[in-house]
Amino acid sequence: MWMLENAFLIPLIPAISFVVILFFGKRFIGADRVHVVGITALGLVWVLSAVAAFQWTQRVENPPPDAIVQVQHHGDDHGDDHGDDHGDDHGDDHAAASGHSGDGHGDGHGGGHSSPLIRPVISTFSDWWSNAGVTFAVGTFVDGQTVLLLMVVASISLLVHIYSTEYVKGDRRYVHYYAFLSLFTAAMLFFVMAQNIIQLIVGWELVGVCSFALIGHWWEEKPNTDAALKAFLTNRVGDVGLLVGMIVLWGTFKTFDIDVINTLISTNPGAHHFALLVAACCLMAAVASKSGQFPLHTWLPDAMAGPTPVSALIHAATMVVAGVYMIARLYPVFYEGFSIGTSSINLMAFIGGFTALIGAGLAFAQWDIKKVLAYSTVSQLGYMVMALGVGAWTAAIFHLFTHAFFKACLFLGAGSVSHAAHHTFDMRKMGGLRKDMPHTYRTFVISSLALAGIFPFAGFWSKDEILLGSLVGQENGYPLMLIFGCAVALMTAAYMTRVIWYTFHGEYRGHGHPHESPKVMTVPLWILAGMAVLAGAFNLPGPVLEPIGLEGLAHRIQTYAEPSVYLNGLGLSHPDPSLNMALVGLALALSGILITYLYYWRRLGLHGLTERNRYARRGYTILENKYYLDHLYNDVVVETVKRPLAKWANRFNQNVLDRTVNTAGETARDVGRWVYKWIDQGAIDGSVNAAARGADSSGEGLRSIQSGKVQNYGQLLFGAAAVLAIVFVIVV
Amino acid sequence: MLLNQFLILGAVLFSVGVYGVLARRNGVMVLMSIELMLNAVNINLVVFGVQHGVVSGQVFALFVIAVAAAEVGVGLAIVLLLYRNRTSIDVEDFDLMRG
Amino acid sequence: MEVTGFDTWVLSLAVFLPLVGALVIMLIPKVYETELKLVALGSSLVALVVGIYIAIQFDYGAAGDLQFVVDKGWIDVINSRYIVGLDGLSLPLLLLSLVVVPLCLIYSWNHIPDPGNPKAFFVLLLILSTGMNGSFVAQDMILFFVFFEIVLLPMYFLIGVWGGEDRRYASLKFFLYTLFGSALMIISFLALFFLSKDASGELLQTFDMRVLTDAAGVGIIKSTQVWIFAGLFMGFGIKVPMFPFHTWLPDAHTQAPTVGSVILAAVLLKLGTYGFVRIAIPFLPEGAIAWAPWIGLLAVIGIIYGALGCLAQKDMKRLIAFSSVAHMGFVMLGIATLTDFGINAAVFGMIAHGLITGMLFFVAGSVKERYHTLEISRLGGLLKSAPRMGWILGFASMASLGLPGLAGFWGEFPAILSAYNPGAGLSEELFRVYMVIAAIGTVLAAGYLLWLYQRTAFGEPTEEFAGHEIADVNRDEWIAWTPFLIGIVLFGVWPNLIFNVTDDVVSGITASVEAIAAGN
Repeated sequence: MWMLENAFLIPLIPAISFVVILFFGKRFIGADRVHVVGITALGLVWVLSAVAAFQWTQRVENPPPDAIVQVQHHGDDHGDDHGDDHGDDHGDDHAAASGHSGDGHGDGHGGGHSSPLIRPVISTFSDWWSNAGVTFAVGTFVDGQTVLLLMVVASISLLVHIYSTEYVKGDRRYVHYYAFLSLFTAAMLFFVMAQNIIQLIVGWELVGVCSFALIGHWWEEKPNTDAALKAFLTNRVGDVGLLVGMIVLWGTFKTFDIDVINTLISTNPGAHHFALLVAACCLMAAVASKSGQFPLHTWLPDAMAGPTPVSALIHAATMVVAGVYMIARLYPVFYEGFSIGTSSINLMAFIGGFTALIGAGLAFAQWDIKKVLAYSTVSQLGYMVMALGVGAWTAAIFHLFTHAFFKACLFLGAGSVSHAAHHTFDMRKMGGLRKDMPHTYRTFVISSLALAGIFPFAGFWSKDEILLGSLVGQENGYPLMLIFGCAVALMTAAYMTRVIWYTFHGEYRGHGHPHESPKVMTVPLWILAGMAVLAGAFNLPGPVLEPIGLEGLAHRIQTYAEPSVYLNGLGLSHPDPSLNMALVGLALALSGILITYLYYWRRLGLHGLTERNRYARRGYTILENKYYLDHLYNDVVVETVKRPLAKWANRFNQNVLDRTVNTAGETARDVGRWVYKWIDQGAIDGSVNAAARGADSSGEGLRSIQSGKVQNYGQLLFGAAAVLAIVFVIVV
Repeated sequence: MLLNQFLILGAVLFSVGVYGVLARRNGVMVLMSIELMLNAVNINLVVFGVQHGVVSGQVFALFVIAVAAAEVGVGLAIVLLLYRNRTSIDVEDFDLMRG
Repeated sequence: MEVTGFDTWVLSLAVFLPLVGALVIMLIPKVYETELKLVALGSSLVALVVGIYIAIQFDYGAAGDLQFVVDKGWIDVINSRYIVGLDGLSLPLLLLSLVVVPLCLIYSWNHIPDPGNPKAFFVLLLILSTGMNGSFVAQDMILFFVFFEIVLLPMYFLIGVWGGEDRRYASLKFFLYTLFGSALMIISFLALFFLSKDASGELLQTFDMRVLTDAAGVGIIKSTQVWIFAGLFMGFGIKVPMFPFHTWLPDAHTQAPTVGSVILAAVLLKLGTYGFVRIAIPFLPEGAIAWAPWIGLLAVIGIIYGALGCLAQKDMKRLIAFSSVAHMGFVMLGIATLTDFGINAAVFGMIAHGLITGMLFFVAGSVKERYHTLEISRLGGLLKSAPRMGWILGFASMASLGLPGLAGFWGEFPAILSAYNPGAGLSEELFRVYMVIAAIGTVLAAGYLLWLYQRTAFGEPTEEFAGHEIADVNRDEWIAWTPFLIGIVLFGVWPNLIFNVTDDVVSGITASVEAIAAGN
């Protein structure tokens, strides 16, 4: 288990790579060869992550005695012994994890609950800061969730590194680009293995600043810097929630340790409900900004201003999943705060579902291929948040896992397309690329099918689990979430078909001759496409595997990644797999594809079809009926969604939300100007100056008396003496 | 004794002196007016000394005469120097101390 | 700790070596420019070496106690003694002051601002150094006051002679404003002298800060404490500066020469906050408890207000000056909570602000030197014309907006956090409101700093400077800036370097406050 205890090496490697590239890259390595450093580092990271992942599975399969949580209660002994035993894992210090493990709702598939509860591996290294006599350690917290994310981040980042060697070749700031890719990866890896919430904050903000640097990579153009600023500032707004939420957690539990906080909540659910609600609401704001949830998602499409591989990295593996990851990491806080177990709707589920819906709607209205994908990311992140909101922890993380691969593939595919087609992202200038770019086309389609949730691609399995989770919920189902989820499933399939149509089918509408990208770009695409097919296999439901006798491999992510040591205490249950739900989901996705396909197909043959309709209308009643059906689908359903709804949503997005953001900024600036001018310079500084002026003018007045002429002084003297004499006479 | 007459003489003399100090522009005249004021004081000192039957009044008057001689000496020297430097002894011209 | 041999000298050495250097320089004729610069740098460097020796010899296990104490008779008539000593609170600030001065000397080595005259310039900097060092180690109120005031005069001349266009106004405002505060402060000192009693009720009649700390305001009734505290509040609050006494700061900063601004931001402002922690709170715990909600209020107003002020600025240096108001608001909020957590954060914030804002002023000064303007709308494309300087500006801005992993965060976040649970029975609701407002202030901080960065560093250079050759960071600047940059990263990555040192002292202070609060 060496790797699990020394996981700090994993973020350290890209951090060192950052320093090496930035400070020694140009001089000692050569500006055009710095990617060697980055790729080597990421390769190492990948290997170490794989080792960590393997060791974690070993820990679950053959747990060492100190890793298993004793199920009986032995009192609340947290906190006092905390912080004394740095350097080794905490073992059974906080072993009082599960008082509630017995009450299974629909208990038991693929071993989730039947396997023992495995403690995370926590290593602390040194006193990071001590304050008020309390010491906080820096350390790593490694469990299944962590190693899963390690694998995702390492894989995607490695592929992005490789892909970028071609994509940003000859860029004006090649060195900086690779330096920040490394730092970005390091920050995200640091974030996922945070041992306490301070580390979470640190990683969170570092990820944000790296994205700022990468989105603004081409800072000569103002729109790019605007986008970078917007991303950072929107995130900062959410960070207010993060800071306050974390502080509330600290105030409630008097510790920053994630393990202790989770354990305290799960062993004593129901306590501190109000504090947890406040904390959860605040943290939700942070999630909304980082993970692009309504209403703070507006930065995300603008963030497309950065280089495309960066978009892939941001949207698939790093930045935006940080919010989802944080919810999953502090799940007991949200679970108790939002009463996920007992409610049938809550803030998190609603925001997630609503975001999924509006994101999908907006994706229809975009002509920029990257923006479609960006809104798609918004929508899919909403899916994940919604899944967490309905209590489907595993489904959310599973979806995060599968989504990372196919979304990265889509973004890199879009990059490949733009690389070929004169650096444009406008779909109106594309078309017909399937002949010229066969590899890009095939990988793009595979990933789109995965995103759309078509059997047997990865997205199908994870999406199905989310829908199932919404259907069953915990104590109550989440019907509204189910409706949202189904609608989004349909829409996702539809807009992806639209993208494929415009990009790869029809006639080429751009300039020049498009060409397939070189191998260094297509190979990563194929690897990701492969994962888009296979990633679903990591959490297949049992009934699928039983016929082939592999039921032991069912629900691997649930088995390995789920922090059941905490979730069991909360009484989280897992729904039974349902064939019907799967079929409904599949049918929705297929119909989405079908509708869009028909729509565009008809438009393609619009002229001929109309001719035929006009001349042979009565004779072809069935065809005509079909046409009515088409009409219904196309002009009513799709059109309402596509035109008014999406336009409205877009307008709302641009005019209301975005304007609110802008207006807030402008107002703050104007208020600043006003306050500065009238209050600061006018009132406060004015009064200071007035005091000085008062002294000055009184002096000025008295000055006229001092004429310098002796006789004037004499006059005053004698005059005063005379007056005094008169007074003296009168008084005495 | 003609106390009142002497006192009136002193007062008149003093007033003439005050007028001279305040109104004359010639530096020498100002100095002379100061002499008048001092002498008015001398008269008062002597008269009150006689009135009270003590000699200290006359002693003081002698002191004043001595001091006044010195003062006029210094004063005239200043006036002389001023005249050399500024070719004027008009006190209106000298307002270097104006604020 | 038994103080023997050389150790009895070191503190005084660190304080007065720059002054000796200044005296030596005065004896060197003006024409020997290099020699007198070398003497100046030498004396401040030797003082720094002494400071490092102190830091090494310092007993970190007993950081809560005064060390290297010297107690000699000074002005017997008023029972004021020459007492200097150093504990965990003074040490980091003394080192900051000792480090900053030689770096400023190096920075201005070839860049004496108009009207030149390096001799006078260096002499003033050295005198300033003595005043600052002395303030942080003095343990007698009169001695403290003397050092505190010594600082004013060189700074007045630095601004008034080597400043910008409006220098006479700015320098006079700085001088009179702070002097006004000092006048009230000395009255409070006298009141403490005459009113303090020891536990048995005997009048103490002493200026010895150790004794007064132990006495903790015993025998002074609450209403009197409130009044005395008000005097101290004016003295220190103007220096910090707290809203609404901050208006001297933007003028002084804008007009001061670069190193003047740096020293002002890095060290001088800390005298005010240091005074609160060292004198006002431990001497007058009840006064502090009564005033804390108001200090907190002014602090959060300062945070928001300073940030709004920044958004309105057209001049880069003035913007940075206003950001000081906001940052010192975080420091004061930490102090106002009267908790270990908050005050530790405040001390950290002082160091961090000193390094970061000092760095920003250095960059602003260098920009001014190259562009001859600091008007934001005329700048632009700094990253293109002088990439390294652009990077440093970006780095310092990020540090200033409180990015975790850099020093600024550890002053800001714990200060906000401490407001969640204020000490000494202060109203939790009120301070939680402050907490949220302060957290919102961090958004505005990011806003004005990044906006500044966008307008000055991003994009293409403006037409006005498009053809100009803008020199990048030169050797002197690298030497002067590197320690700042290293400090920002080092303290950001390993905050315990400071927290460990200050914690003992601070818990001593808050313990006495808590004891008083519990007694009520």
